[in-house]
Amino acid sequence: MSEKKLQVLTGIFMVIGLICLSYLAIKLGELNLLGNERYPVIAKFTSASGLRVGAYVEAGGVRVGLVDKIEFDTDDYLAVVTMAIDNTVHIHEDAMASIRTAGIIGDKYVKITPGGLDYLEPGGEITETEPSINLEELISKYVFESGDKKK
Amino acid sequence: MLTLAIDGKNYLLDLVERLGRAGIFLLMGLWRIVTPPYKLQPLIKQIYFIGSRSLLVIVVAGVFVGMVVALQFYDTLVRFGSVSLLGAAVGLSLMRELGPVITGLVIIGRAGSAICAEIGIMRNESQIDALECMAIDPYRYLIAPRLLAALISVPLLTAVFITVGIGGGYFVGVILFEVSPGSYFIGMYDAVLWQDIVMGATKSLVFGLIMIWVATAKGFFLHLDKSGVHGSEGVSKVTTDTVVLSSITMLFADYIVSSLIL
Repeated sequence: MSEKKLQVLTGIFMVIGLICLSYLAIKLGELNLLGNERYPVIAKFTSASGLRVGAYVEAGGVRVGLVDKIEFDTDDYLAVVTMAIDNTVHIHEDAMASIRTAGIIGDKYVKITPGGLDYLEPGGEITETEPSINLEELISKYVFESGDKKK
Repeated sequence: MLTLAIDGKNYLLDLVERLGRAGIFLLMGLWRIVTPPYKLQPLIKQIYFIGSRSLLVIVVAGVFVGMVVALQFYDTLVRFGSVSLLGAAVGLSLMRELGPVITGLVIIGRAGSAICAEIGIMRNESQIDALECMAIDPYRYLIAPRLLAALISVPLLTAVFITVGIGGGYFVGVILFEVSPGSYFIGMYDAVLWQDIVMGATKSLVFGLIMIWVATAKGFFLHLDKSGVHGSEGVSKVTTDTVVLSSITMLFADYIVSSLIL
């Protein structure tokens, strides 16, 4: 085989491979090459039980971002959830963030209820939060408390 | 001291010696990759051999693996009414596990065995000694291009495999079983995170290194084989050893990498 043909065939392989690699990295891995399309917003919850990194952030049922990071603040014993919100979406300072469940056994997501004051700066904090609802606790409370009343 | 002698042979010492030899061999090869002079022509030839020539078999394997994964997950998910998770299941399983592993096994069979036999025959016919006589560094001329070519080709082939597999999954899920294309792709894009891409890429790099390391080292040290089998029989033996040992080592490394990243 001539040297040129070898190089061309190798080149074709490299191009196909790189196209596939960039498809996977950009589409699936959500690699941001063109600057940040999202900005961070934090919210502190008394319980972030069941919430995972990569969970949706929804406002009005529409996806507006993802949960980026979940940490535990040892100073005030709260779960600090960092969310990456799409640049096109502005969140009010007095908006409320609550952790909800999609369906009964579905994934946890963060629901943003809009407020009415000024918009938050990137890195700002949503102060009004509602922790994740523990379905088991609710059910046991309902079942056992109603049982007690019958006595 | 190391004393595990059976029939007058110290197997434990032998094992340690072989491990050390293979380790030094790898370091020598990797050192030649980073130090000049760089040899481009042998590298292109090896990328052609490991990469381009494997492209077709990887595409065919990728389509069918993607299709069967989609078929199996569809059948499982439809029982729970969670067919919308099909894209996520196909994307994650291909990205994290099936893509790197099956690509690795295919490349071991297609390129690893051939490289081992090629270098083994060179050793048999004293071609490697001839290279040394001519003051040509066999590590630079034979080993480094193959190692670097594997480190470049295997991740690219893995990416091709996964992309084609996603397409095969699309064919079965969306076209045959009429899952909505939106839920297939959006579910996949949401479920697959950057760390999954990192995991797939790390695995394919590690697997590429392992398979070519084992193949070249087995061929290169053909004459040092303690079982005393040389000649054409020796080539056949080390080629078989290569396929077995690199597959096992690869699957072992698969678990290690997964547990380190997760």
